[in-house]
Amino acid sequence: MEVNLFEAILNSPPGFVQAFAQASMPTLGQTGGINLDFSKIAPDVPYILSGVWETLRFTLTSAIFGFALGTVLAIFKISEIKPLKWFADFYTSIFRGTPLILQIVLIYYATPQLTGFAISAFIAGVITFSLNSAAYTSETIRGGIAAVDRGQREASLTLGVKYPLMMWDIILPQAFKNILPSLVNESIALLKDSSLVSVIGVEELMRRSQIIAGQKFIFFEPYIFVGAVYYVMIMGLTWFAERFERRMRLSD
Amino acid sequence: MIRTEFLSKSFGKLNVLKDISTEVKQGEVVAIIGPSGCGKSTFLRCLNLLEMPTRGRVYINDVDITSPKTDVRKVRQNMGMVFQHFNLFPHKTVLDNVIYGPTKVKEIPKGEAEELGLKLLAQVGLSDKAGVYPSRLSGGQKQRVAIARSMAMQPQVMLFDEPTSALDPEMVKEVLDVMKGLASTGITMMIVTHEMGFAREVANRVLFLDSGGIAEDAPPDIFFSTPKSDRACQFLEKVL
Ligand SMILES: Nc1ncnc2c1ncn2[C@@H]1O[C@H](COP(=O)(O)OP(=O)(O)OP(=O)(O)O)[C@@H](O)[C@H]1O
Ligand SMILES: [Mg+2]
Repeated sequence: MEVNLFEAILNSPPGFVQAFAQASMPTLGQTGGINLDFSKIAPDVPYILSGVWETLRFTLTSAIFGFALGTVLAIFKISEIKPLKWFADFYTSIFRGTPLILQIVLIYYATPQLTGFAISAFIAGVITFSLNSAAYTSETIRGGIAAVDRGQREASLTLGVKYPLMMWDIILPQAFKNILPSLVNESIALLKDSSLVSVIGVEELMRRSQIIAGQKFIFFEPYIFVGAVYYVMIMGLTWFAERFERRMRLSD
Repeated sequence: MIRTEFLSKSFGKLNVLKDISTEVKQGEVVAIIGPSGCGKSTFLRCLNLLEMPTRGRVYINDVDITSPKTDVRKVRQNMGMVFQHFNLFPHKTVLDNVIYGPTKVKEIPKGEAEELGLKLLAQVGLSDKAGVYPSRLSGGQKQRVAIARSMAMQPQVMLFDEPTSALDPEMVKEVLDVMKGLASTGITMMIVTHEMGFAREVANRVLFLDSGGIAEDAPPDIFFSTPKSDRACQFLEKVL
């Protein structure tokens, strides 16, 4: 009986685990209250922790693609070619105007229907997060470009520099430097939001804690543990980012 | 060399330049003076199309640069411009600022460009600053680097828009001295300036702009001793 339940949960769609958890919560509450015993999940710690790598890999890939695409969109937004500007503005409004979790499931489930090819949950997640993050970072980058002194553009023009080269060599490096702190913050937000791709079954931190919770029928320990892991990662990154920013400012 | 025909520029309803027709010959050093807001910067910026004239034509070496067929980039390579606020590239060293145009626009080999760059830095007295970033320089030094950066393109014409207005008084002279040196090389220069002493000494022609037109066009000794228009008299009374 117990083994069967095990397998049922493992093979179940992720929503099932949550539904099950909610259904069983009152029963647990009646019998014991909160009785934390982390030794119960001790054997599962390596499994959960290896989700750190998965989460980081997922976030970093999405952040890089999102940044590249966001840069392109930002250049569209400041373009004198109106259709490019319209496209970029519309694009941004779509991804800002709908829930991220909807975008995730839509891309995961709709891509096979549209293209005939199934994609892995990881790829679907990366695509969604890249597209979504591009929408947000494009605004940040556009602001960064606008904040570069107008004289930089004029100096480049009077030297006869071509537009793409001017962007690449003169404007973007200064824009990126100005917005580096916001870019880091957006990446940290991306790391937190990456827990959402657990709904399509990417085995990152969140998903792994759900699996353990489902297997062992305990909820506080794995979730609190994974919460602590997120906290340490995010605080660590924030600390690094702040130090880095301070060093950059000193070098000015 | 430079010729304008009925050059006009408006910003919306504001007519800043009104039918300016004039000609500047090779090797002339022209000081452009006039009250604040009369259109000096706009006039200068129309000559390299940083501002697009609303009406009229600008000819550089007999090529109409306002024509859509003209490659503006090519024209600009031949016309250096020095700005009030220097506009050095802050993320590049002094030498990299100077050789950016030659290497990236003219695509001459880096070694050759560096040789030229160091020579120009020596000319403006900043050989020892080649490797530092602009933020480490004083205003006067920045402006001298900016002049070297423009000269590195080996232009026929240099445009200056109030090159010393943003400088502390003690730094004005070092920049003016560099410009004086340039003027003696025979390059064509157009200088918007409030430095009347400099205009008098270095320029061989003064354009006095007033409310969007050339109110007076004369050699400096004549302009400064016997200005013709009342507006010029009033202006000189105030600044001298
Ligand atoms: N981009 C612009 N948009 C709108 N108005 C402008 C613009 N550039 C200049 N003007 C206006 O045009 C007029 C002439 O400006 P310009 O900068 O050419 O004057 P100037 O003679 O250089 O003055 P200053 O000695 O203060 O530098 C001013 O009234 C200015 O406000
Ligand atoms: Mg001006």
